[in-house]
Amino acid sequence: MLSRTADHLFWMARYMERAENTARMLDVNYQMSLLPQSEEAAERGWRGLLSINEISGDFARRYREVSPRTVIEYMVNDAANGSSIRSCLMAARENARAVRGTLTTEVWETQNQTWLEFQRMIDGDAFQRSPGEAFEWVKFRSHLSRGVTVGTMLQDEAFHFLRIGSFLERADNTARLLDVKFHSVAPDSFGSAPGAIGARMRGSLPPSSMVQSQGDGVQVQGQEGGGKDVEFDFYHWSAVLRSVSGFEVYRKVYRNVIRPERVAELLILRRDMPRSLAACMHEVVSNLQRVANEQSKDTLRLAGRLDADLQYGRIDEILATGLHAYLTQFLERVNALGAGVSRDFLVPVAP
Amino acid sequence: MKPGFDEMHDPSGAVREHYGGYDRWLHEQPPQVMQTRRDEAEVIFRRVGITFAVYGAKDDGGTNGGTERLIPFDLIPRVIPAHEWREMERGLRQRVTALNRFIHDVYHGQEILKAGVVPADQVLGNAQYRAEMQGVAVAGDIYSHIAGIDIVRAANPDGSGSYYVLEDNLRVPSGVSYMLENRKMMMRLFPELFGRHRVAPVAHYPDLLLETLRSVAPAAVNDPTVVVLTPGMYNSAYFEHAFLAQQMGIELVEGQDLYVRDNFVYMRTTQGPKRVDVIYRRVDDDFLDPRAFRADSTLGCAGLLAAYRAGNVTLANAIGTGVADDKSIYPYVPKMIDFYLGEKPILNNVPTYVCRDPDDLGHVLEHLGELVVKEVHGAGGYGMLVGPAATADEIERFRGALQADPSRYIAQPTLALSTCPTFVESGIAPRHIDLRPFVLSGKTVQMVPGGLTRVALKEGSLVVNSSQGGGTKDTWILEA
Repeated sequence: MLSRTADHLFWMARYMERAENTARMLDVNYQMSLLPQSEEAAERGWRGLLSINEISGDFARRYREVSPRTVIEYMVNDAANGSSIRSCLMAARENARAVRGTLTTEVWETQNQTWLEFQRMIDGDAFQRSPGEAFEWVKFRSHLSRGVTVGTMLQDEAFHFLRIGSFLERADNTARLLDVKFHSVAPDSFGSAPGAIGARMRGSLPPSSMVQSQGDGVQVQGQEGGGKDVEFDFYHWSAVLRSVSGFEVYRKVYRNVIRPERVAELLILRRDMPRSLAACMHEVVSNLQRVANEQSKDTLRLAGRLDADLQYGRIDEILATGLHAYLTQFLERVNALGAGVSRDFLVPVAP
Repeated sequence: MKPGFDEMHDPSGAVREHYGGYDRWLHEQPPQVMQTRRDEAEVIFRRVGITFAVYGAKDDGGTNGGTERLIPFDLIPRVIPAHEWREMERGLRQRVTALNRFIHDVYHGQEILKAGVVPADQVLGNAQYRAEMQGVAVAGDIYSHIAGIDIVRAANPDGSGSYYVLEDNLRVPSGVSYMLENRKMMMRLFPELFGRHRVAPVAHYPDLLLETLRSVAPAAVNDPTVVVLTPGMYNSAYFEHAFLAQQMGIELVEGQDLYVRDNFVYMRTTQGPKRVDVIYRRVDDDFLDPRAFRADSTLGCAGLLAAYRAGNVTLANAIGTGVADDKSIYPYVPKMIDFYLGEKPILNNVPTYVCRDPDDLGHVLEHLGELVVKEVHGAGGYGMLVGPAATADEIERFRGALQADPSRYIAQPTLALSTCPTFVESGIAPRHIDLRPFVLSGKTVQMVPGGLTRVALKEGSLVVNSSQGGGTKDTWILEA
């Protein structure tokens, strides 16, 4: 397969996955905003969403206030925002168009149709009028895209590069989501290194007294601090779970009340949870092995070690070293892995 | 203007025999059916992404998919009786064979120039003549592997019609994907019509094309790797490039995917370099190799010409075919057929005045209001004067241009292009059409029955080019 073709496939899948994740996070925030809460808390939610994508600064330069309307406008339809759903769907479609001959008719038409329908929805202001429905639509277009890929494509290189793109992107997104959501509630216990994300968040964080440590585990203060906080915790963590379609999964796996360390375990280490870091890395590794070439040994080793770390990791150890530090390092490793894939397969070798 | 020839109705208004079945079907349909089906077709074409890019068009904000437009598709088929097609096919075979012989000749022995049949300076001084190709042996001596021959039908004084070749396209003719997609669309929209008619199928075109391309691989290669070379996704014909590559199951490459080492061409793949043996290139000569032609081209591949001249790769079509489809050479094609094949031309040429000839020029200047004047290097309907439709101002402008540089022009009588009923805003009305069959030359000369029918959607217009408001129709070769 042409390196350029592999590159387009890889990015087509990444952009589609990113569109889905953006929609998921917007949707969760939107659902949360329907609950009775202080204006400050609501705004905090929307700010958190911007910081996940490391675009708070760009947003602040271009919009006056943080409100559902402005954030949705920015994250859905702003062509200047590279993470907006518009940008992602368009990039996915352009990449697909560049290699439409490599895709099955169904895959290409799905991608093309998604972009055409998205434009119609924007014309009808669908994302502002009924956000929930519109975000659901994005998710289902992504489901369809993935389903039609698995259901119609020959499992050759093209397929593997699509899968690698999807799962690298998903790993990145899940890690970012976890980082921000834990940090906004429990910055100290879940790791003290604030990093770029935390730095921007600090102004709007809740008082740290809300959180206390207990033994080697972690507990959110709310359990002794009164009904209000327990309620907040429940809604906060269940929203995080819902954003990765993990609420019902959590109940099934733990049959227990929702606790942050279990949420972390589910989304980091459970290989059977399709949006967890472990599941993503496992897919990345198995697809990478199928396309291996003479120069990809280092990249494969990188992926294999990440996979092994997740497979044999324990949540108490991860939390002991600090969740934020752990996730920051994970993101760096995923990033390096992406660069390796590019170098070994996608960027044409000089003659 | 002479009375026209309508493909469906004879001069008395009666439906021609080969349209009888269609006419009966049409009368059985409720009035809304055409509009409904047309809307349906448009939705499908958009979803499938059968679009073309418009040169220089401004982005319209994305709501119509940027600069991608649909080529208007007309629902009423153009029907040609099988016996007429068989004759046309013989003529096409003969014409393209002679043209390939001509190209080979002008780059080798130049017998036809020595014999004085075609003026040597017309050929050797032509901007499309590529001296780099002199003495180069190409596989099978074939140059134009894919030729698109534009054919029109015009009315004779007695009301009958005759086919004429309007133009030969021997470089990178496009449109075949529309021929295939139009048929697919018609079968989807009107399956019952195909049950009632014996329409010759065309869907095997990609197979014939692949067979043709494989048959002209360099002699030393057993199982050739064939690729399609596209200028990229922003090219107006990108859909077609991607479509053909997919249909043939071969790679669609861009210039940046190729490189030349030791006079062999390779493509960069995820598993390292891979040899390329045959390139179906949809990039013009000028852009093929920055080392040999335009140095600023990013669409080609440096060193390609050298690899080609060394016989290590086949280009389809060959470099330098433009010398044979130039409008200044067109008037000589009937003589070529006689010269190389010793046969009488089966297909008519349109009578043509060569303005570099003083007698012809005199005649042309006197009859500007009745003639079509064409710039010899013009393409796509640009640089053309249609006398009967032109204003006095335009005629005077062309008169000046003709006198200043007569050899740049040829002139032809205005042909009353035949019309075919077409579904337009006001209902079903006659519109002018042409036909582009695609002739494949490899080990043998092959073609699928029919071709692409283009239709000028504007009332009275004779310009069928998609860049200027033309549409397309499905073309049926119908067995009685």
